[in-house]
Amino acid sequence: MSLATQHIENPSVLYLDGVSVSFDGFKALNSLSLCIEPGEMRAIIGPNGAGKTTMMDVITGKTRPDEGTLLFKDKFDLTQYDEAAVANLGIGRKFQKPSVIESLTIFENLEMSLKGGRSVWQALRHKLSGEQKDKLEEILAMIDLQDAIHNLAGNLSHGQKQWLEIGMLLGQEPELLLIDEPAAGMTDEETMKTAELFKELAKSHSLMVVEHDMDFIDALDCRVTVLSEGSVLAEGSLAAVKANEEVIEKYLGR
Amino acid sequence: MTNLKLGPLTSLLANDPAGRRLMIAIFALAVIVPFCNLVFPVDSAFHVSTYTMTLLGKYLCYALLALAVDLIWGYCGILSLGHGAFFALGGYAMGMYLMRQIGDRGVYGNPELPDFMVFLNWSELPWYWFGFDQFWFAAIMILAAPGILAFVFGALAFRSRVTGVYLSIITQALTYALMLAFFRNDMGFGGNNGLTDFKDLLGFDLQADSTRAALFIASAVALMLGYLISRFIVDSKLGRVLVAVRDAESRTRFIGYRVEHYKLFVFVVSSMLAGVAGALYVPQVGIINPGEFAPIFSIEMIIWVAVGGRGTLYGAVIGAFLVNYAKTYFTGAFAELWLFLLGGLFVLSTLYLPKGVVGLWNQIKEKRAAQRVAQSEGDDTVTELADGGKA
Repeated sequence: MSLATQHIENPSVLYLDGVSVSFDGFKALNSLSLCIEPGEMRAIIGPNGAGKTTMMDVITGKTRPDEGTLLFKDKFDLTQYDEAAVANLGIGRKFQKPSVIESLTIFENLEMSLKGGRSVWQALRHKLSGEQKDKLEEILAMIDLQDAIHNLAGNLSHGQKQWLEIGMLLGQEPELLLIDEPAAGMTDEETMKTAELFKELAKSHSLMVVEHDMDFIDALDCRVTVLSEGSVLAEGSLAAVKANEEVIEKYLGR
Repeated sequence: MTNLKLGPLTSLLANDPAGRRLMIAIFALAVIVPFCNLVFPVDSAFHVSTYTMTLLGKYLCYALLALAVDLIWGYCGILSLGHGAFFALGGYAMGMYLMRQIGDRGVYGNPELPDFMVFLNWSELPWYWFGFDQFWFAAIMILAAPGILAFVFGALAFRSRVTGVYLSIITQALTYALMLAFFRNDMGFGGNNGLTDFKDLLGFDLQADSTRAALFIASAVALMLGYLISRFIVDSKLGRVLVAVRDAESRTRFIGYRVEHYKLFVFVVSSMLAGVAGALYVPQVGIINPGEFAPIFSIEMIIWVAVGGRGTLYGAVIGAFLVNYAKTYFTGAFAELWLFLLGGLFVLSTLYLPKGVVGLWNQIKEKRAAQRVAQSEGDDTVTELADGGKA
């Protein structure tokens, strides 16, 4: 991906310009501008309170921004949609805390996430099509849970829940994946496996990954954006960002 | 049930052995009780008194009501403390029809106006009583009155994302407000006394044993249908979305489901089931008054479901029968103790039986099966018998 494609004419999957949100006078996002290109994987780092989660909330329709432009695929004004509508536009979100439906099986969790059939009536009449079964198989293989599809999701290990949730995102067939701290609580081995999975996903999706784990980001090998106090502090390769004086001061520490 | 030539029906209960057994039990009840009441003479040992049949019929209505509560509470996590309102509205719709059926046989002999309206010196029927002389109209209102209330109330509450204990409190307020309204004479629903002195239903004398038997059968059929409808809903993908809403509401939203639509759907269906239960209850007990709107009644039905076992459907039915049988027994034997017992039952089931009686039963069964497996190590056929023999 060329680094010089910051012009507005260039297509973007996600375009944020001057987005601000404040809660009781505290500016969680302060004129944040960011652009993700189609097929790009972007890592977001930053100290606690830098606005990472608020940014995700704003993109997914959970929080309305006070001002600023938010465009998905250059044509959908995301400030006009709520959570469900944003999801159906093609933006999938994974939470920091694994949140799968614990009293449903792995299979049922994934089945529920499959694209389409979101209305009450469609859900009542739903039957799994052959195509959807293939899709399920494909996802199960990707997240490595095909041996236990009828186990309750609540009985999975922490890392497996994270994967199942990623699998549910894939079921939605989104164009853009927003992923909040996927490696939290994972073993080193699981972390590396997850990084591999993301690199695989990046071939056909745009990804935005919030993470603290530097080894994980290193393994992702992608552009990094550093947030601080609600706006972008630095952007570039991990090595370049790590060498940035301001970043060292505000986030990495000396 | 399995012998019925109904493909969709049998497939519905294929993975629900407990539901199948419940259906058979209710079906047996619907055949045996009226038969024993009508065929055997009063002094026969096999005779079932009309009092007992009516009592059991009342339990059947309560069981349908419990099913309605379990559908939204057990599966969608909405703790409605106002389901008595829907039950009572269904009951009032039936009661209004039965009032109009009295005709000129009332105390005042007015062919048009029910007694209480004559007593209040009303000269004509209020507009909202029109149509209730027709059974078909009353039948529609039995579904429509609770359904529309649930739709409007639910649309407002769920869109504003009122959840958890706040929703419980406003549902409780809803039924309380309706109780106060229905107590007022000028509401035109008989005030304090409600609607009573019913004579006949569809031309059949309500005091006749055969009519009582028919009502009993109708209640059993309604319960069975209610069970099958509920089972169909919870077995569909819609049912799994409901569980998802219960377990992780915001997750469900971010997958792209409009949570409020799902809640509204199940709330309306549940209110209609409650309305049908109320409508069948009224001709059997012979009265409907604002007491059915009382908050305590709406809380009581939560206890039925909690004791029986939440989120299983059949547990709700079993709970309704158990608790109401206990109520009948204890209010007869030690009336003043009943409320303490009811409270104790709720505390006990919350603390020690989180999955209710049904959950306890399943635990015992699993333990036994595990013991049997341990005894016959390696012998697959025996294991299978232990698992499947009781199905």
